[in-house]
Amino acid sequence: MRVGVVQFPGSCDDRDAAWAVRVLGAEPVVLWHGDAWLAGVDAVVLPGGFSYGDYLRSGALARFSPVMGSVGAFARRGGPVLGVCNGFQVLCEAGLLPGALTRNAGLRFVARDQSVRVEARCVWTAGIRPGTVLALPVKHGDGRYVHPEPDALATGGQVLARYCDPDGVVGTAGNPNGSVAAIAGVTNAAGNVAGLMPHPEHAVDPLLGSTDGRLLLGAVLAAVAA
Amino acid sequence: MPRVHIDVMPKDEILDPQGQAIERALPQLGFAGVRSVRVGKHFELDVDDTADLEERVRAMADSLLANSVIERFRYHVEP
Repeated sequence: MRVGVVQFPGSCDDRDAAWAVRVLGAEPVVLWHGDAWLAGVDAVVLPGGFSYGDYLRSGALARFSPVMGSVGAFARRGGPVLGVCNGFQVLCEAGLLPGALTRNAGLRFVARDQSVRVEARCVWTAGIRPGTVLALPVKHGDGRYVHPEPDALATGGQVLARYCDPDGVVGTAGNPNGSVAAIAGVTNAAGNVAGLMPHPEHAVDPLLGSTDGRLLLGAVLAAVAA
Repeated sequence: MPRVHIDVMPKDEILDPQGQAIERALPQLGFAGVRSVRVGKHFELDVDDTADLEERVRAMADSLLANSVIERFRYHVEP
């Protein structure tokens, strides 16, 4: 089981993502943004950071890099792709996920531990019962998810997780950035491409306060291995 | 060489917290009567003059300069 972690200029969570993949028993493969070759990996993670300086819009320029052409083709063939934070922004800009991510409603960069309630089953949440509340860190300035029809997205099973309070109640109190319908992550219609603002890769070791990220990252490893 | 001016603005239904922050700041400086502020981007491009100039400008704005999920654009060509 080999998981590619894409390295863009300005990525900063690529090493943590690769480390998390290793902790979960798979082999991380760093994929350079300038190479179109995916090295035969079984899944791809687009990590957080500030790809290409986040110039123009977060994620807007990264989607033109050679590796993204291959990631798009891999995704259309059904390959599992997860974008975290900046990776989520890149996937939205690339049109591989619906919606867009905009400046936090409060205008402040938000860095905190955040509760999220898993909603839809997709490749990346296969091992998680819907309704499960996970504790994951968030750290972003452009995390406000926007979609013209959030209810239709939910009906279609494409809302992967929503921000909530520690008891699992979804409301404005638990919403760190003003995302529409408190959406923290979405999936494509096929369920193989997912994007999340919270960081599962920062939550795989008890030393860091939470190991809930293992559930998200571990599900795809199990699914691909099966 | 024509200069193309392109304005990209958040769509009306998209919350613009930057605009709201500026809207709240103006009265504090004594500027009364400002009802609404929206913040966008202005691009100036010097481009070769070709018959399909406007078509190219629209394609550039559609594919990169604006994100059609959240933004709209308009342009003006200065000969």
